[in-house]
Amino acid sequence: MVQIVCTLLLFMVIIFPIGNYVYHVSVGKRTFADPVFDKMDNFVFRILKIDTSTMTWKKYAMSLLMVNLCLVFIGYLILRIQSIGFLNPNGISGMEESLSFNTIISFMTNTNLQHYAGESGLSYLSQMLVIIMMMFTSAATGFSACIAMIRGLLGKKMGNFYVDFIRIINRFLLPLSMIIGLFLVWQGVPQNLNSNIELTTIEGKIQEIASGPIAALESIKHLGTNGGGFLGANSATPLENPTIITNIIELFSMMILPVSCIFVFGRMAYDKHEESKANNRVYTLSTKNCNRANKVWIGKEGRTIFVAMSILFVIGLGVCFWSESLGNHAVAQAGITETFGNMEGKEVRFGVAQSALFTTATTSFTTGSVNNMHDTLTPLGGLVPLMHMMLNVVFGGAGVGLMNMLIYAIIAVFICGLMIGRTPEYLGKKIEGKEMKLAALCIIIHPLLILGFSALAVSIPEGVNGITNPSFHGLSQVLYEFASSAANNGSGFEGLLDNSLFWNMSCGIVMFLARYLPIIIQLGIAGSLMNKIDINESTGTLKTNTLTFAIILVIVVYIFAALTFLPAIALGPVAEMLTL
Amino acid sequence: MSKKEKKQFITKDIFYSSIKGAFTKLSPKYMIKNPVMFVVEVGFILCTILVFFPHLFHDEGSNLSLYNAIVAIILFVTLLFANFAESVAEGRGKAQADTLKKTKKDTKARLILDDGSEKEVSSSELKKGDIVLVKTGELIPSDGEIIDGIASVDESAITGESAPVTKEAGGDFASVTGGTTVVSDWIKIEISTDPGHSFLDKMISMVEGASRKKTPNEIALNTLLVSLTIIFLIVIVTLYPLATYLNVKIPISTLVALTVCLIPTTIGALLSAIGIAGMDRVTRFNVIALSGKAVEACGDVDTMILDKTGTITFGNRLASDFINVDGVDETDLVKYACIASLKDTTPEGKSTVELAKKMGVTLNIDDYKNATFIEFTASSKMSGIDLEDGTKIRKGSGEAIINYVKNLNGLIPSDLNEKVENISKLGGTPLVVCANDKILGVIYLKDTVKPGLTERFDRLRKIGIKTIMCTGDNPLTAATIAAEAGVDGYIAECKPEDKIEAIKKEQSLGKIVAMTGDGTNDAPALAQANVGIAMNSGTTAAKEAANMVDLDSDPTKILEVVEIGKQLLITRGSLTTFSIANDIAKYFAIIPAIFTIAIPQMNVLNIMGLSSPSSAILSALIFNAIIIPFLIPLAMKGVKYKPMSASKLLGRNMMIYGLGGVICPFIGIKLIDILISPLLVFLGL
Repeated sequence: MVQIVCTLLLFMVIIFPIGNYVYHVSVGKRTFADPVFDKMDNFVFRILKIDTSTMTWKKYAMSLLMVNLCLVFIGYLILRIQSIGFLNPNGISGMEESLSFNTIISFMTNTNLQHYAGESGLSYLSQMLVIIMMMFTSAATGFSACIAMIRGLLGKKMGNFYVDFIRIINRFLLPLSMIIGLFLVWQGVPQNLNSNIELTTIEGKIQEIASGPIAALESIKHLGTNGGGFLGANSATPLENPTIITNIIELFSMMILPVSCIFVFGRMAYDKHEESKANNRVYTLSTKNCNRANKVWIGKEGRTIFVAMSILFVIGLGVCFWSESLGNHAVAQAGITETFGNMEGKEVRFGVAQSALFTTATTSFTTGSVNNMHDTLTPLGGLVPLMHMMLNVVFGGAGVGLMNMLIYAIIAVFICGLMIGRTPEYLGKKIEGKEMKLAALCIIIHPLLILGFSALAVSIPEGVNGITNPSFHGLSQVLYEFASSAANNGSGFEGLLDNSLFWNMSCGIVMFLARYLPIIIQLGIAGSLMNKIDINESTGTLKTNTLTFAIILVIVVYIFAALTFLPAIALGPVAEMLTL
Repeated sequence: MSKKEKKQFITKDIFYSSIKGAFTKLSPKYMIKNPVMFVVEVGFILCTILVFFPHLFHDEGSNLSLYNAIVAIILFVTLLFANFAESVAEGRGKAQADTLKKTKKDTKARLILDDGSEKEVSSSELKKGDIVLVKTGELIPSDGEIIDGIASVDESAITGESAPVTKEAGGDFASVTGGTTVVSDWIKIEISTDPGHSFLDKMISMVEGASRKKTPNEIALNTLLVSLTIIFLIVIVTLYPLATYLNVKIPISTLVALTVCLIPTTIGALLSAIGIAGMDRVTRFNVIALSGKAVEACGDVDTMILDKTGTITFGNRLASDFINVDGVDETDLVKYACIASLKDTTPEGKSTVELAKKMGVTLNIDDYKNATFIEFTASSKMSGIDLEDGTKIRKGSGEAIINYVKNLNGLIPSDLNEKVENISKLGGTPLVVCANDKILGVIYLKDTVKPGLTERFDRLRKIGIKTIMCTGDNPLTAATIAAEAGVDGYIAECKPEDKIEAIKKEQSLGKIVAMTGDGTNDAPALAQANVGIAMNSGTTAAKEAANMVDLDSDPTKILEVVEIGKQLLITRGSLTTFSIANDIAKYFAIIPAIFTIAIPQMNVLNIMGLSSPSSAILSALIFNAIIIPFLIPLAMKGVKYKPMSASKLLGRNMMIYGLGGVICPFIGIKLIDILISPLLVFLGL
């Protein structure tokens, strides 16, 4: 418990300067590192002949899709021909079609669902050129979309996708992942291009120890909320996550970008508020010059979103930790004492606390890396990661988490606005029929994909064949797989025999639709709100920067998202818990 | 339409017609307009089929037919309740429309032909531009403008006001409304509308709800409700295969019951009733909203542009103080001023006598029976009285009295000029009083702010509405009145263009502006404002430009109309919240009930301790149905609204309708379960 609190407090300390830096990068304000990065950016723009003028939302969405599409084709090609001798010391053969399809969609959509094991399925060339490259680009894609949506909501110009995309990679993802990578190497994570080490163990058996550019992948894997491991066992292996220090570094790095997005949002909302106040001052002809000296950290609007997400996070974390600490009573009945809680599938060096924290964080921030096996969590403990992927708004992946939360904020604002007798408005923009239609569409997609495909999977033999534990736990496995795909999380409940045509294709489709449909719709909402006149703010206006609104937002998320999945959850984890 | 009419919630007539309406509205063609209730209807049809073919979907269980029949009946009743709610709202509107319709009898009209001859035609044949003659005792056949003549017109049929009003050609009193009666003299009218488009026709169709279009906010809310319905349909449709995989058999009728419980039927059933009732509340307030959108916009009003005269002040200048010149006793001034005003029937005169009375000077009118009253004329600019003893008392504008006294070789007090100017500066009108050649002092006439307005403006400020006063007065006068009334801003020396300018400026800041007006020159501003309320006494141009017409011609009513608009939105929001919050309890009733047979441990979730699975499902379904009629009165009357800050209001309503919506069904479902479980045991379910 103390461990968890300390870890989270430490995070709160480091996130403020980083959030501030990301805000400066996003809005193009000066930072200390500009002299270097300006040259870098301009070099890229010049080489690629990029027109840096602002785009309409349609053009922005189109550019985003086209860039992603091109990367998909390149990636797919490399996966298929990876057997060539270049950077392939372990002699890995080419990847099969459906698995390649699944893998490439998975990494392009920031999901990183892996139906293969890295050590036996990918060459170093693929790891570096496909996996690592996509980890950068998918995170940058999500982040750019988010910044564009924020701009639209606040009535600013949409910006330019290429500029946003390149800036965030050059100024944030690349430098920071280098630093984190070095930290990991210091703690013992391998970083080389050597072939696997073959050795004979004391028992006289031959064991192969994986090698390769692990640290490079490991840093961006978390920083970009990607989560796909270099090795099959992901961050549970000592090679990817050797010590408690690396565990905390990895934990922090996956939390940084989603939380920074909230900082950017809050600060931009604050800036706009100040601007409109300044405009009003001109109208009232007051010459009073307000030079506020106090520093703005996150902005009130951002604070509300942050608080709402934190409430959801802490509730989930609490349940998971409590359930895991309690242990499995079936195990206790078998006569095994569980002083350290449910340790099945957990690494001894992390224990229950760091495992529960990592599990909750990886599914909340939709990273999907694991430092313990989620399949072996207690039913309630396993319910938390499942639930957070179903909500998909508890901080969420790079950018997209905030975008999803803003959709719920729009719905909350709609209901609250009516409750105080005004037609609803958010951040000074009126929410009308068109926006509601788009927002409604947006919240339908997620349950439709998860529940629809789960129902399909349990109805046809191709799906059922993959289930290793029939009955309730089996249903949990299926729900988890699709929730993980739809939330673009990528963590596996494991235990599912998922490398089959059906699972590869169905998960691929889910990941694809769950990634791009919401982004397009959300950009559409932003595009529609962008051109509306700002509504005047008075005491009669709904305040969205209060604790009350944060709590209402939490309730709206629980009612709209959680209630939807309740029957399915009742049949999966809850039934398992009750019958255990 | 009379205000005195008892505002009974539901009359016998409305009740019977609503029951009929509840059945006729069951037609799928009509139901499809309300997607939430349409889903219920489809569920009902499905369950009805399952009554006769219980094993159509291989459902198993004892007494399946009976169980399906009960579910079907409850669904049917749910549908009836929903339709009933809408019918009641419409019925209440229709009752008012009928009163109006009575005035719209087919009357004979005297059409004046081009050659000047008269021709008798039916009023329904009159076209725009026709000229008709209306004489004493006749009904005015259609809306129009008076082009000749002057007459008193009884407009009680439309306004409920029994005192006749004088209408004459030219100016702001030239427009007449069809259906009103000329009680004296005659007028020639140029008809301004084509048949079927008169103001009365519009009113009738608005009140009747015939031309009711869904308002923007209603459409947006409907979208939300439909999306919730779709989400829950996805939940139910996918639940079947998921449960089948685990060998949990769920009867189709139970799935239908679960669907109906989860989709927002409560608000779905009441949504259109709330809208109609909101319009109806405005109508009952004697304001005709020409679109539902306008009522909705009322809730958002940020700024109100109010005319000073008539809205904020009485418009008459009333005596508020006596200021004597040096060397004259104040009581003398009061006395003479009072004597001069005894026979003066103008508001100025009356108020002078009243003020004198307050100051302790009472005179007997009989003492001055024989005195001659000198009336005010535009040329003399003074009035007064000639007493029997020869004393001539005069009161009037400073200039006129000074000339009068100078002519009599009287002295002008040195401090008079200063005192007169002081009053002018304060925005008052000075009325100098003299007795023969002696100037006594000045009566301070002031425009008086209507009582209670200051508090009302305070209330508006609390809910974030800014008030701006428009007046033709000079800036000084305007400032004085503005400070006294407590408005937030004022525009002095205001021309009609200034009003439009002010509205546009406010709108460019993203504000929603409301204003009242009556004159033709107000029409452009009324059209520009988001909410424009025209006075019924005003010109046709003003009424056409506005989106609401106040039949009582009381400009202060705008304040209440804004509150009604807010109330409409709050009612919608509160019932939506309530409806969605109900789902939590329904889940806890139905989910354990569905799964308990296959997974006995699920009974842990049966926290309400409902007696049996079928009782739990039926109780939730019954609760879902009867909550609708329980909420009809709330939907009709609207949620109680007290002006307070947005955050307070939100907290309060969230507590009542959000938390209440969570708790209420737990109690309700448990009670219903206690009542019906013996019955179900008896039926063998």
